[in-house]
Amino acid sequence: MRALILALMLAATPLTAPPALAVQPDEILADPALESRAREISKGLRCLVCRNENIDDSNAELARDLRLLVRERLVAGDTDAQVVDFVVARYGEYVLLNPTGRGSNWILWYAGPAMLLGGLAVAGLYLRRRSRTPEATATPLTEAERQRLDELMRS
Amino acid sequence: MIVELGHFALALAFVVALVQTVVPLAGAHWRRADWMAVAETAATTQFLLIAFAFAALTWAFVTSDFSLAVVVANSHTLKPMIYKISGVWGNHEGSLLLWVLILALFGACAAWFGGNLPPTLRARVLGVQGSIGVAFLAFTLFTSNPFLRLAIPPMDGQDLNPLLQDPGLAFHPPFLYLGYVGLSMAFSFAVAALLEGRVDAAWGRWVRPWTLAAWVFLTIGIGLGSWWAYYELGWGGFWFWDPVENASFMPWLIGAALLHSAIVVEKREALKSWTILLAILAFGFSLIGTFIVRSGVITSVHAFANDPERGVFILLILAVFVGGSLTLFAARAGIMEAKGVFSMVSRESALVVNNLLLAVATFVVFVGTIWPLLAELLFDRKLSVGAPFFNAAFTPFMLILAVVLPLGAILPWKRAQLGRSLAAIWGAGALALALAGLVWAMQTGRSAMGPIGVALGGWLVFGALADLWLRTGRGALAGRLGRLTRLPRADWGKATAHSGLGIVMFAIAGIYAWEREDIRVVQVGETFAMAPYDITLVDVERVQGPNYISTMATMRVTRDGAEVALLRPEKRVYPVKAMPTTEAAIDYGFWRDIYLVIGDPQDGGGWAVRSYIKPFANWLWAGCVMMALGGLISLTDRRYRVAAGARRAPAAVPAE
Repeated sequence: MRALILALMLAATPLTAPPALAVQPDEILADPALESRAREISKGLRCLVCRNENIDDSNAELARDLRLLVRERLVAGDTDAQVVDFVVARYGEYVLLNPTGRGSNWILWYAGPAMLLGGLAVAGLYLRRRSRTPEATATPLTEAERQRLDELMRS
Repeated sequence: MIVELGHFALALAFVVALVQTVVPLAGAHWRRADWMAVAETAATTQFLLIAFAFAALTWAFVTSDFSLAVVVANSHTLKPMIYKISGVWGNHEGSLLLWVLILALFGACAAWFGGNLPPTLRARVLGVQGSIGVAFLAFTLFTSNPFLRLAIPPMDGQDLNPLLQDPGLAFHPPFLYLGYVGLSMAFSFAVAALLEGRVDAAWGRWVRPWTLAAWVFLTIGIGLGSWWAYYELGWGGFWFWDPVENASFMPWLIGAALLHSAIVVEKREALKSWTILLAILAFGFSLIGTFIVRSGVITSVHAFANDPERGVFILLILAVFVGGSLTLFAARAGIMEAKGVFSMVSRESALVVNNLLLAVATFVVFVGTIWPLLAELLFDRKLSVGAPFFNAAFTPFMLILAVVLPLGAILPWKRAQLGRSLAAIWGAGALALALAGLVWAMQTGRSAMGPIGVALGGWLVFGALADLWLRTGRGALAGRLGRLTRLPRADWGKATAHSGLGIVMFAIAGIYAWEREDIRVVQVGETFAMAPYDITLVDVERVQGPNYISTMATMRVTRDGAEVALLRPEKRVYPVKAMPTTEAAIDYGFWRDIYLVIGDPQDGGGWAVRSYIKPFANWLWAGCVMMALGGLISLTDRRYRVAAGARRAPAAVPAE
């Protein structure tokens, strides 16, 4: 669905040179182990000129450059983490689709678990109270409801 | 002329919506039956007026009336008729008109089928529904008017975005809107109940069918969108955690929670305030979704007209409705005293756990979606939150949900014994684990995701079957089989929807775990192997379509020499928008899809070809359909039909 914007972007490219489609045959590394590492890393890097798309799926020229860069670093013997650090050093934190836990990002990562714990506590208290209160008596019918009931019973 | 009439009808609808808001609410307050009775007429009138406006806009699209700005920007004379029609809602203004049309339709349905509601509650529900209409009709008329004329009409239009020229996308938005907007009914019921000062079992029973219907539509809408992404985007992705997808997913999750908590209100008169809160939040998330899609504040790939003025307007609507209802909620919380008493281990508690997990999951999606915005505003950090985060942070809650679901679903109400319930379904769990073990052994050396998916999916499906079987009670086999067919539809709906969830989980795990991909350069006439298939690129030719030019490949897929499929993947160029699209060719199968994409011609001759084997892809859509079907089956349950028919045929009400 992100293709809407993607398509708008593609529209800017002239028809004579149709855009490349994601990973091209000529990009693939000969070593399958290295290539699969490259694919994994690519899935976590954002295509900077696209909207919310990783470079592995993107058709943009810049994404291709980044894919080639990742493969270059891998061939040069970098570890996965080194490759990612290299790209982040160049393009900033924005390029990471998987945000780090550093700095204020701890809020992002711990928001869910914190809410679960808080929710469990509240729910636990509620359930405890529910299991101890005596059953409330039914509220009496209002006059209108009594009339309607009579009506239903008669028919 | 017709266009002007449509415009006028829309303006009139705005006035009618104002009347529908003020008069019945005042009437309910002062107990004036004649004022309250206005609601029904107003709701019907409002619906008819908006329907007329919508028909007028459709007419403009069908006849290619290029004096309308919207038609020029989104249509073209050469466009096939179905896309001329779907083009009506393929843009911001038109889709907003569809939004208010559906809103008015729900209001009208509440007027037509709400005969069994107490008069004051009905007047208030329709009044609140009318006020939402006022807000959105104002939004349409003042910021996004589809009926604006051009002084000098052009000879032809600029065509609809080619990606939208697809049957899947023609139906995806209407279903999504039916879901989004349907949740407004739950909201109206919640606010009306707060105004009324009374939340009881009957309220739970009234609100549930509306929520269920909205949720069913939302399920279908999300499923359609996901399917469309799968076949259209050219690599078979089906979910991207894009902000706009999240915008539809959050109401879905909260809606699911609301469905379940409303059961507790209906059966046990507990969880009342929580259910009211969920109803408010569900529609709140719908509004947040609308804001995300139409304001452009959060970068998403779903481009709609991004206009800050519109963003501010929606934010205002959001603030008034969610803020107002939450204030009312805080003021009236005291009236929602719970009645039912239950122990820590009971169906009620299980549903609390369900709600907790769904709410936390929604919260995680919400935080992830708005975090880039918050981080930039508060901490001056420009960062991205993408699929890897959501996969890591959201999935665990769904896994826990899947683990506890089958057990929770069979716990008796009020007081349960864990041991007894576990003993009743240990077979389902054992079967699921055995199946997972078998898969584990067969797939040696691959990720654990596949077996885990099998285990959870199996547990949900077998658990749902076991649940049905347990519902038949004890006794001889024949008797139980007979009772199986006479179970309430709600039981069948529950089992179907829960199995659907299991199948979706299994399919997602299966696709990710066992998908295979092949990217290579292929010469025309060359055959390459993708075990167990051989794929031949037979031919590549240029084909002229109605409003596009296509590069169409013919590819033969064989297995051991026998032809499996002849597939024609395409690359299309739409000259008017100068925009290319990929049309993957898919051989749909029960166990796997064969998914072929033709790429660019290569310098050294030959074509780039991408081939995928997508295992169990169809199970994903089947699972979505089952979830929606489960909701529909529940919706036809006798207790809702009895309630719906109560007014017209009082004699038919059985003495239960």
